Amino acid sequence: MGRYVARRLLQMIPVFIGTTLLIFLMVYSLPGDPVKALFGQRASDPATVERLRHQFGLDKPLLTQYWDYITGLFRGDFGQSFTGRPVADLMADAFPVTIRLALLAFGIEIVIGVTLGVVTGLMRGKFLDRFVLVFTLIVTSIPVFVIGFVTVFLFGLKWKVITPTVQDSMDIAQLFAPAMVLGALSLAYVSRLTRTTVVENLRADYMRTALAKGLPRRRIIGVHLMRNSLIPVVTFLGTDLGTLMGGAIVTEGIFNIQGVGNTLFRAIQTSEGPTVVGIVTVLVLVYLVSSLVVDLLYAVLDPRIRYA
Amino acid sequence: MLNPTQAPEAGPVSAAAEAPLPGGSEITKARSLGQDAWRELRSNPIFWVSAVLLVLFLLMAAVPSLFTSTDPGHADLRNHYLGKPEWGHFFQPDWFGYNGQGQSVYARTIYGARASVIIGFCVTLGVTLVGGVIGMFAGYFGGLLDTLLSRLTDIFFGIPLLLGGMVLLQAFTHRTIWTVVLALATFGWMPLARVMRGAVITQKQADFVTAARALGAGTTRILLRHILPNTLAPVIVVATIALGGFVSTEATLSYLGIGLQSTVSWGVDISDAQNVLRDAPHVLLVPASFLSLTVLSFILLGDAVRDAFDPKLR
Amino acid sequence: MTTIEKTGAEPSARVEDADGGPLLEVRDLHVEFHTRDGVAKAVNGVNYSVSAGETLAVLGESGSGKSVTAQAIMGILDMPPGKIPQGEILFRGEDMLTMAPEERRKIRGRRIAMIFQDALSALNPVLSVGYQLGEMFRVHQGLSKKDAKAKAIELMERVRIPAAKERVGDYPHQFSGGMRQRIMIAMALALEPDLIIADEPTTALDVTVQAQVMDLLAELQREYNMGLILITHDLGVVADVADKIAVMYAGRIVETAPVHELYKRPAHPYTKGLLDSIPRLDHKGQELYAIKGLPPNLLKIPTGCAFNPRCPKAQDICTTEVPALAAVAEQDGTELPGRGSACHFWKETIHG
Repeated sequence: MGRYVARRLLQMIPVFIGTTLLIFLMVYSLPGDPVKALFGQRASDPATVERLRHQFGLDKPLLTQYWDYITGLFRGDFGQSFTGRPVADLMADAFPVTIRLALLAFGIEIVIGVTLGVVTGLMRGKFLDRFVLVFTLIVTSIPVFVIGFVTVFLFGLKWKVITPTVQDSMDIAQLFAPAMVLGALSLAYVSRLTRTTVVENLRADYMRTALAKGLPRRRIIGVHLMRNSLIPVVTFLGTDLGTLMGGAIVTEGIFNIQGVGNTLFRAIQTSEGPTVVGIVTVLVLVYLVSSLVVDLLYAVLDPRIRYA
Repeated sequence: MLNPTQAPEAGPVSAAAEAPLPGGSEITKARSLGQDAWRELRSNPIFWVSAVLLVLFLLMAAVPSLFTSTDPGHADLRNHYLGKPEWGHFFQPDWFGYNGQGQSVYARTIYGARASVIIGFCVTLGVTLVGGVIGMFAGYFGGLLDTLLSRLTDIFFGIPLLLGGMVLLQAFTHRTIWTVVLALATFGWMPLARVMRGAVITQKQADFVTAARALGAGTTRILLRHILPNTLAPVIVVATIALGGFVSTEATLSYLGIGLQSTVSWGVDISDAQNVLRDAPHVLLVPASFLSLTVLSFILLGDAVRDAFDPKLR
Repeated sequence: MTTIEKTGAEPSARVEDADGGPLLEVRDLHVEFHTRDGVAKAVNGVNYSVSAGETLAVLGESGSGKSVTAQAIMGILDMPPGKIPQGEILFRGEDMLTMAPEERRKIRGRRIAMIFQDALSALNPVLSVGYQLGEMFRVHQGLSKKDAKAKAIELMERVRIPAAKERVGDYPHQFSGGMRQRIMIAMALALEPDLIIADEPTTALDVTVQAQVMDLLAELQREYNMGLILITHDLGVVADVADKIAVMYAGRIVETAPVHELYKRPAHPYTKGLLDSIPRLDHKGQELYAIKGLPPNLLKIPTGCAFNPRCPKAQDICTTEVPALAAVAEQDGTELPGRGSACHFWKETIHG
């Protein structure tokens, strides 16, 4: 197992370099001058622009800039934003908020999604199954920003049961509605995935064996069925925490939460290169680590899979 | 896999062919997977609902004047500023009310279909080609090429579709439908590549491919005649569902202000409407409903096609 | 051990066979499946019985209803789409079809156990074999995890799995086909049931392993004096171990006979056809015999005798009248005990 982890870690290096290079190239080599954007509509003094370009190293060849960035990372230096604040500081402010939001969404998704999936899988074809199926289809079809607006409109403005914008990100009650919106799509997906695997495994031969052994229903479902059905669900959930953090752009915007999504969105709008690259770098790391964790989890849950 | 003909347990096939079989002939009649799937699909009401909806949206995109004679750009601030919907006035300009500029929400929604439909189809076409080719090469040739292409897929997977699209589009000061297509296709091909790779690897090991190779068929012939047809089912399913996702992402980009500019589009209209959400929710809800219905149709269609190919999960 | 019998007219479990009654008796069992294309009549009036220590072989092609009957006895039919419109399944005189589900569950595994065809899919892939074996003791006897594991090792040794102690934590896919089937047998034997139903227990195995597994099963059956229902389509397997045979076709029993009688003198054209289609060394070079045609469509079973479209002896009466399972007698009229044939022309078939 140790060797497998080592190999996977080695494999992650080119992917990490590739992804960060990709985002780096997109941010810095595409048309649109970030320094000019810094001045907005105002005409800028060429000398000042040149000085700023030099200060941020933008006059160096692109690959050199990338090399400087990567070597900086190992010293924990994410660079400086154009406003002069270290990117690491910006992220230290934003990430805790988003992590709280994502964890809350994650929890909702597991509890409701898995429960719905198991129940509908066992009650296949019944009314509740149909109802949940329709519900998940609708949730999957409506873009997150629409779900967000409808939530704000109905619960925030019309019925006034939630605060339409989050004032205090430490308050879990205030974060609840945005977390629901953020997790809605994954929730629908988890419940459908769970339902599918439950239905599939219900037909498996070993379920018949379990029945023939005279096991009580509770045990047949709880041990034999669940142990098999939850393997794909757990692996999906493994990658989803990262997805939730990266997907918070829209939700945070609607509920005005000062997290990673909002920071990233503003940075993209203002061509704040260092901030964009910094945040994406962290998100990529989260993605890579979580996919490694998922692979390891898979092998732990399913004995047929060997570390190869 | 496509050959259901099997010798009966009892004896040689010739004996079976000679005998008249009054009772037993129906279930043993050979049907191809495709025919079976189509039979299944035809009897699925969900397929028809989604198909009819999609035809409607396609018509809307192609000939919007069929649905309304109102100019979506025509603004009449004086009379209609944020006019409320008149739900009884079918197909009239004020059916769904007016927006902040006094434009007919109904007309704008009808005309807004075009951007979504074009982007949805073009991006899907693009990602299916790019992802399909990459996945097929990786799956069929394996080895170093597979490693390289799989890592490339991993690299792009590291950047979510919406995020990649935003960063790429931000670089364009003038954004048209085609820049959005380019941006979405650049970060949307990976799932197709994975599906294709998996399907090709499965098919490569199938007995009929080994047989074709033993008979001396060349690589191109095996790929195009034997493997490709059998990978179509999963690719079509994934592509159809992805199409809905692209339509949704395009609208999200427009809503964030990094998508389409100065085009009549659902995303742009929803984005404009958010400021008047409190006073005139219909301005947001009408295009949002059309948008959601389009996405839903594609998801339903994809589901129906998957069920038809794989009936055991129903 | 607890007993689940309620007081009633029937003798209690432990004084078994004092009055010579059979362990299990299936009476006029019907099973149908309601599908989209119609009602598939899988079992159409099956009668058979098994006593302690006796082996009944149920023979038939796939689709003949032999496995469905077994699943109905075990109570593991998928219902719906399956349905049992009529019939009785008496276990020690009590009809299991009318029992409370909980009562029935306690019979499963403890009193009647089943061995499945494909042990790889029949065993849970993500639970160790030790866990799956020990589960029987934990659920039915309330043993602790540790005791159950010790029992599991004992069982594995009983079915001669080498290095049982080391392998108890292994998973099904880590065993060979023959070893996996031994584990299935061990699981069925765990609580020393009165009756074992083996559904094609050796079909998925290599020929050499088949004999070993069959021998083991027969040996254990003798030792515990269990009733055994052996479901198979392999005539070769049957000859060695069975006491009596029931041949099924289209959900009916078409012939019953003590094992050697059946091989010597079949009384039904279908049985004769089956026996003739076994390749024989002394017929080397001749064309193999095969029953013409295909098994019937269960949605549309032919009228009259279901076998008539394939039968070489079919007459007009065969397409109109369903033959009952008639007692078979010698030419002089002496009844042959335990023999029956559902053919209008059984006399011609056995004596002709």
